[in-house]
Amino acid sequence: MVANIGFGTLLITLIVALYGIAAAVYGQRSQHEQWINSARQAMALMFPLLTVPVLSLLYLLVTHQYQVAYVSEVTSRSMPFYLKLTALWGGQSGSLLFWSWLLAAFATAITLRDWGRDREFLPWVIIVILVTLVFFLFVNVFFENPFSRYWQTSTGIVQAFARPEGAVPFVPRDGQGLNPLLRHPGMIIHPPMLYLGFVSFIIPYAFAIAALVTGRTDDRWIRLTRRWTLWAWLFLSLGLILGARWAYDVLGWGGYWGWDPVEISAFMPWLTGTAFLHSVMIQEKKDMFKRWNLVLIILTFDLVVFGTFLTRSGVLSSVHAFAQSAIGPLFFVFIALTLSVSLGLLLSRWKDLESKNELHSLFSREALFLLNNLLFLGIFVTTLWGILFPLISEIVTGQKVTVGPPFYERATGPLFAGLLLLMGIAPLIAWTYSSLKKWGRAVWKPLVFSMLTFPALYIAGITRWQGVLSFWLVGFVFAVTVYEFWRGAAARIKAHGENVFTAFYSLVKNNRRRYGGYIVHIGVIFMALGVIGIEMYQVETQGTIPEGGSLSLKEYSITYKDLVSFDTHDGRNVTRAIVGVTRSGEELAEIYPRRDYFYDANQPMTIPGVKSTLAGDLYVILVDWREISEEGATFKIYYNPLVNWLWIGGWVFIAGILVAAWPENELDRVQKVSSPLKKRNR
Amino acid sequence: MGEEMDVKEIKNRGRIKFIIGGILIVTAVIYLIASSAKANTQYYLTVEETKMKYEQGELSDRNVRVSGAVIGESIAYDMENLTLTFTIAHLPGENAALNAEGGVAAALHQAVNDPDRETLDVMYEGPKPDLLVHEAQAIITGKMTLDGVFYADEVLLKCPSKYEEVSPEQSG
Repeated sequence: MVANIGFGTLLITLIVALYGIAAAVYGQRSQHEQWINSARQAMALMFPLLTVPVLSLLYLLVTHQYQVAYVSEVTSRSMPFYLKLTALWGGQSGSLLFWSWLLAAFATAITLRDWGRDREFLPWVIIVILVTLVFFLFVNVFFENPFSRYWQTSTGIVQAFARPEGAVPFVPRDGQGLNPLLRHPGMIIHPPMLYLGFVSFIIPYAFAIAALVTGRTDDRWIRLTRRWTLWAWLFLSLGLILGARWAYDVLGWGGYWGWDPVEISAFMPWLTGTAFLHSVMIQEKKDMFKRWNLVLIILTFDLVVFGTFLTRSGVLSSVHAFAQSAIGPLFFVFIALTLSVSLGLLLSRWKDLESKNELHSLFSREALFLLNNLLFLGIFVTTLWGILFPLISEIVTGQKVTVGPPFYERATGPLFAGLLLLMGIAPLIAWTYSSLKKWGRAVWKPLVFSMLTFPALYIAGITRWQGVLSFWLVGFVFAVTVYEFWRGAAARIKAHGENVFTAFYSLVKNNRRRYGGYIVHIGVIFMALGVIGIEMYQVETQGTIPEGGSLSLKEYSITYKDLVSFDTHDGRNVTRAIVGVTRSGEELAEIYPRRDYFYDANQPMTIPGVKSTLAGDLYVILVDWREISEEGATFKIYYNPLVNWLWIGGWVFIAGILVAAWPENELDRVQKVSSPLKKRNR
Repeated sequence: MGEEMDVKEIKNRGRIKFIIGGILIVTAVIYLIASSAKANTQYYLTVEETKMKYEQGELSDRNVRVSGAVIGESIAYDMENLTLTFTIAHLPGENAALNAEGGVAAALHQAVNDPDRETLDVMYEGPKPDLLVHEAQAIITGKMTLDGVFYADEVLLKCPSKYEEVSPEQSG
């Protein structure tokens, strides 16, 4: 019943969306305003309509309707309530529905804005968003139906939405349960953030296409979507950071990023999106890079679609798997179609998009922005190559090959370092034209300050040149960024006689985009610190120790105190070791590395015990133990220097985006709303 | 007239700088990709292919990646030396062949129960992975040693039967 309501509404939504496209096209052609309005209303209906199938699926998930195949695949009776809710995006068909629902929310929101003088964009924005939505709904309805059910027929059990002739419903007693690896708080919020980021990049793309079609190729579309882009970037970045944190907390291999194709597919739109975010500033300021920006947003859109597909399908293991998965060719066709139509439109407007200004000097801020874009694109091409090369090789030579993390690390490392260096140079370079002398005058103070890293590194015992160079670079960029804040604040103190705090506050408040950006840069610097620490200086050891025995790594030592084993109410058996940590003989903490065994999934999961400080994490894994602890247990210990800065940097990064993206007139609006109320109270 | 020419010339000269700069960067990226790919590309083989190439002496000291089906009773963990040993059975590499055997789960089941399959002994130093169980698909990266044992640096596991290609009989 509920499944019928859900699927029925899904179908209706698809039909309404198709109607909306048709109405927008017709209204635009015939210049009948009422048809465009009708299309607008159709798009406004998307969110309320799609909420019905989403609620239906949630209802089925929490009420254990195991006849529905999706419910049976991703939940089980023993799972806690909140995990049954989050199972909405725990499998392929559910997550596609969830994706469409988020897009529908934005689609509805965008119809509600005041279109005023941008009315000419409206039909095209509707068409782009609805075509994208129709594609995803189509996949959901015809290929990945979350409401499909099990039926017992004479020949066996089949999966279908409608009852086959002579079949009776088949209801499994219990579900398979969500993959234990996904039963983690990080997994509750990581996929929605990633999807929000994916979906919100569709809005600037829709406006870009509208600008191309209507020929309004000035920077209006960029100004209109500037904030959308920032929010999209915020969500995508947060999704990536949370994913890394989840890997660190749960996967138990002492790392945070494995360059696996699924991770890369979420990273690629972030790379092009970040390049876009930087280069639109040049278009706004200097009216340059117009074509380039359109290329970037088109690329980002198609990478978002590609990423949605890859994160859920696992086709990358082989080209043959790609051809055989039902939705593979569909996505391929959709991406090829949107890419060629978009680029075709871009070419047809090529002449209109000519820039009035040109780059004059290699030593100007514009040129460095261009370099920044090239580096981001370089990293993007490298990662794309890493994904495609095995597929190409298989087609051409028939020989399966793979490229692992060492490929990505070696190929992208210098490019990342280049980006970091640019972050230290570009802020002090003038627009249009700069000279070495001018730059030298600006840079000498931070440069001298950054030299302090050398004695500090020497004392810390870091002497390998790669390490010294990396840490110095981080110190230099940090000094430049802080110096920028200082210069701005000092000018205010001089000009307005403000004290230090008000000066900093009003500096950021009056130019939030710029200083929000610098806060993001500081976040990146901190993250770089964490990455350098764990990548270059991680150490590990492992050993079997009896109860009361110890194992040491660097100045740390762990003592195996006890082992307990118990069942939990949510269907796990937990085996937990109690481990004391000392540093240089001094008692530091007690940590609890453990192994959870999930009965329903018949699968264990290793969760590390971590003692975390700003200097580094001691990361302990319980590897194995004897039943009666006569011979003790086996532990693996990692020391991950500075890794905490990766997470701190992540939060600073997000805070910086918030500073830049927060609606400008928030305070005014609050005042406007509150004043009539005050009157009434009197 | 002459003045216009000059302006154009200056413009072109300005452009050349940027074109050269662009080419340099593109070259650098291509160099990075090519050299890294050359150093880090590995064969992805089945157990049969691994044995064959090994006997022909093609694998000497080369890092390869091998996929196979884990035979549950072969899994042994030596706590003293912290070494893990297990055996994998040949699993077809082509999806068409996998599907002919009834999907990945069925193919894994068949592989471990067929006594005539080629097998490969694997040794790994490190903790026992959570997903290393009977009929799991193991993807191992490492080198063949002289005694015909595969020395793995990395063990990845997939259990397709459990989460993706679910057949309700298993759960009912």
